[in-house]
Parts: sequence; C-alpha cells; structure tokens
Amino acid sequence: MSTQLVSEHAAVRRRTARALTIAALGPAMMLAGVVWAFVQPYRITLLHPHGQGFWWLVIEPPLLVIAAGVVFAFLVAPGVIEDLEEENER
Amino acid sequence: MEPAAEFVHWMFATGFVLLGVCLLAQAVVGDEVWRRRPWRAYLWPGLIFLMGLLMWPVMVFYTNSTVHMLAHGSWAQVMMLAGGAELGLVRGKLHNRYWRLAWPLAFLVSGSAILIHEQNGWLFARAAFLHHLIGWTMVVCAIFPLAAVFRPRSTVFRTGFALTFVVLGVLLYCDRDVAPIFGHLSSQAGTPHR
Repeated sequence: MSTQLVSEHAAVRRRTARALTIAALGPAMMLAGVVWAFVQPYRITLLHPHGQGFWWLVIEPPLLVIAAGVVFAFLVAPGVIEDLEEENER
Repeated sequence: MEPAAEFVHWMFATGFVLLGVCLLAQAVVGDEVWRRRPWRAYLWPGLIFLMGLLMWPVMVFYTNSTVHMLAHGSWAQVMMLAGGAELGLVRGKLHNRYWRLAWPLAFLVSGSAILIHEQNGWLFARAAFLHHLIGWTMVVCAIFPLAAVFRPRSTVFRTGFALTFVVLGVLLYCDRDVAPIFGHLSSQAGTPHR
C-alpha cells in the first residue's frame, strides 16, 4: 500500500473519530443524568412531589443534566457533524 | 418565591456544563468548523456573557453578607468581561489575541473571591468544602486559558479549559444546603435539612 493511501486512511479515521466524539457528547450527558437519578433518587423531587415547593419541582439536578444533553444532542451536535463532514469532503 | 441559594447554584451549574461541552466540541472539531455557522460562533461567548448578566440579580437579592455580595459582583464582572472579549473577537471588533487573557483573569478573580468569602474551614460543612474546592480548582485551572492564549491550537489546553467548566458544574451540583461532608458537620453549621 502506498504511503499516500496509508496517510489518507489515517486522516479518514481521525475525522470519523471526531464526528463520533461530537455525536457521543449529548447521549453521554443524558446517560450521566439517568445514572445519577438512579444513584440518588431522592434528588428527583418529582418522585415524591407532595408538599414540595415550586423550585423543588422545577430545578432537579439529574433532570437538568439530561436536559443539557438533549439540548446539545439535538440543537448543536447535528450541525457540527454536518459541517465536519462537509469539511472532510473538500 | 425567591429560590434558595442551592437552586441558583444548580441553575448556574447547568449553564457551566453546557458551556463546557460546547468548548469541548469546539476543541475537538477546531475553530474553522465550529464557526462555520455564525450563531454557533456566538453561542458560548453569548452564554457566559448572559450568565454574567444574570449574576447581577443574584448579587442584588442574595445579600446575606457584604462579602457574599462583593463576591457575586466580582463574578458578574469577570464573566461579562471574558464573554464580552470573546464576543468582540468573534465579531471581529477586537483583533488582539491577548484579549483572551480575560479568561485566566476571570478564573483567578473568581477563584480568589470564592476562597476569600468562605470564612469556615474545609470540613465545616459541605458548602464550605465545596467553596474551598471550587476556589482552588479555578485558581489552579487558570493555567489552561493562560496557556491557550500562547498556544491557541493546543488540544490539551483547550480541552482542559473546557473540562474545567464541566468540573465546576459538577461541584456546583453537589451543593446542598446544610449537609455533612465525609461524615463531618460542625455543630455550628446548623441543622442538616437534606
């Protein structure tokens, strides 16, 4: 195999790894939030909502982490991956 | 209706985690790809600027002590300065890369402020422990944005910079009212609520 082909393969692998990393960031955050919710279920006030105030019901850290993951995965990551692939095709 | 301090910490923690993950993505794909869409170029500088703005009401409404008020005010200022400098650079209004020195300055000022305004020792209560830990984390991690000013393409420094915000978010999420730390809780700390 020529050295040019070897270096092209290496470059493609590197680009794919970058796209995979970006695609994995959001789901990783969501997974972290879900795992946290199982480890500390008492931090999910929605599981025992009676008598809780507004802020306890709205601001629940594991759910906020999941929400941050959702925002990144659906609003940011797709465009970044698309632009990365466009860059690769040039 | 005013939220307890811990809720505010958790809201800001979410902002820092989002900021960290955006910076991490930018470090992975590079500036050229990240800034291909204009809205994305302004995303995290705008986010930190907005968080700086939102720190002002925190300063105004959480006045349990003067030193707390001064600390919140200093965070508001350095977050707006760093975010504003970054917005200026992205927009092309600012050209000198040394404007990015606003970041290590922000880290040092923020870290010092949180260390100075915590009057209790490490194991007084969880909040005290977290104040010390966050303060020293910010002071030590100022090396990442400082090094990135001189080596702007370094993945190591940029990743370290990004992960500092993720760590900061995690530490802020750990803040929970009056709670023990490693089994310790000072008798003067108050009654543990949760």
